[in-house]
Amino acid sequence: MAVLVQSTDAAFRRAEESRPMAEPPALDSPRASDQMVSSAPSTERVYRHQLPVRISHWLNVPFLIILIMSGLQIFNAHPALYWEDPSDRDHALLLIRPVQSDSGEIKGVTTILGHQFDTTGVLGYSDGMRRAFPAWATIPSAKWLAMGRQWHLFFAWLFVINGLLFTAYAFASRHATRDLVPTGNDLRGIGKSVKEHLILRHPTGDEAKRYNVLQKLAYATVLFIVAPLIVLTGLAMSPTIDTAFPWLLTIFEGRQAARTIHFVACFSFVGFIVIHVLQVILTGFFNNIRSMVTGWFVVKHEGVGHEA
Amino acid sequence: MKHEHAMERRRFLKGTVGAASLVALSGCDNLTQSSWFPGILGKAERLTEAVQRAVTPRDALAKEYREADISKIFPANGNTDPGTERYAEHVAQNFSEWTLEVVGLVQTPRSWSLAALKELPSRTQITRHDCVEGWTAIGKWTGVPVGDLMHHVEPLPNARYAVFRCADVDDEGITYYESIAVADCYHPQTILAYELNDRPLDVPHGAPLRLRFERQLGYKQAKYVMKIQLVESLVGIGGGKGGYWEDQGYEWYAGI
Repeated sequence: MAVLVQSTDAAFRRAEESRPMAEPPALDSPRASDQMVSSAPSTERVYRHQLPVRISHWLNVPFLIILIMSGLQIFNAHPALYWEDPSDRDHALLLIRPVQSDSGEIKGVTTILGHQFDTTGVLGYSDGMRRAFPAWATIPSAKWLAMGRQWHLFFAWLFVINGLLFTAYAFASRHATRDLVPTGNDLRGIGKSVKEHLILRHPTGDEAKRYNVLQKLAYATVLFIVAPLIVLTGLAMSPTIDTAFPWLLTIFEGRQAARTIHFVACFSFVGFIVIHVLQVILTGFFNNIRSMVTGWFVVKHEGVGHEA
Repeated sequence: MKHEHAMERRRFLKGTVGAASLVALSGCDNLTQSSWFPGILGKAERLTEAVQRAVTPRDALAKEYREADISKIFPANGNTDPGTERYAEHVAQNFSEWTLEVVGLVQTPRSWSLAALKELPSRTQITRHDCVEGWTAIGKWTGVPVGDLMHHVEPLPNARYAVFRCADVDDEGITYYESIAVADCYHPQTILAYELNDRPLDVPHGAPLRLRFERQLGYKQAKYVMKIQLVESLVGIGGGKGGYWEDQGYEWYAGI
């Protein structure tokens, strides 16, 4: 069964891809599987990540960490989210605040869509301070809106410039269309891929040379939906940009809505980063890190024998 | 055995991540406290200003809202009462003695009483106030376009900034002031407002005169305005950064 799946996918891969990558020698003929049964496990080095992709990727690591943490500093200045234009605390979608009980005890209370949660120690009240996000999550760590903005708006420029250069490269080199956008065949295999991810069984051999469908979807979503969204909603919060491009307020339904989407997009990034790092660790930490540093990724061709 | 290994690895990872975030945080805090790094961060403000001015048509209007959009509560932030004896007298006199002076690098310095200002053509606009903290409020402002005042006094060619001198003094005795580019004074929505939501401005919102400078953040909207001074440079005024909040680290260009 495994043999069959592998060889059809390999055929599909040949038809779909024109990537200048070392073709696996053994899988070209229909009899490849016969040969593989008898072949010993071997390893193959493939050049997986082009230099511009690697540079852009690693620049984004500090950029995103700083943007997220300085963003939480800014959020702390008014720890509530709303929809549309005005901010009415009685109709907040999210509200984080310290609440003092009659006994004098202070609790951190987070209200999401009307549901209250006690988040003492993390949100609302932490380390003896009345603050929405705790000191360890913000830049600077102390409550300092002006400095948080300085960090945020400086690194926002770097993030945008890096993103534009990456996008230009990704489309010019066809990295985007070839490697990141899922094909119809990819999407048809999504159920199987989800199942395999859930049992932490990751593609090996030739399958590991290209991004699987969930990887493609995750990367494409973050790069081409979440990142532009976070930039556009950031710009929609600018009163000057709103006068130059009034449609920003229209598509996001107001400045407070834009602020809310900005926040949700931020936590989409956080979620992505957590899963991404976890997957990097689970699927061969050093191999993954090496491929993002040097470009070279090692694929193990296990003798298919033991599966047959 | 395997389980123990996993536990150990988890502890190791947790420790590593924790240590890394601590190093990153204290690194950032050190940079924040350093003498040189905030100066580099501040460079972004110049880039933001240059790009925003380039993409924004000079007279493009901030969105004007409908009466129905007006916020029920318009928060009053910053100083909500100048608290000086002189100001208290003005309140007692219903601001009948309040004058606005326009001085500095102008052809003909002038002053107007509040009543005289109200005689001038006015503009009413329902606009959104974007506080730097993140909240917004929509209010209806009526006032005299600052550009009209400029036409009366005729700024000299070297006048670059209009400094708004205010009546409020903070707890530490620092007098409030704010500044904008002279060019921005001519924007149709840049007004000295004397009414909020069809009523004379109240004390918390900056009675009797406050600046509305709609394309920038709330902290630029100086309250209790007594004097507009046209200057070539902001050096030597207050902390030298162009405003009360700017002297505390906020950007002078508050377009975002």
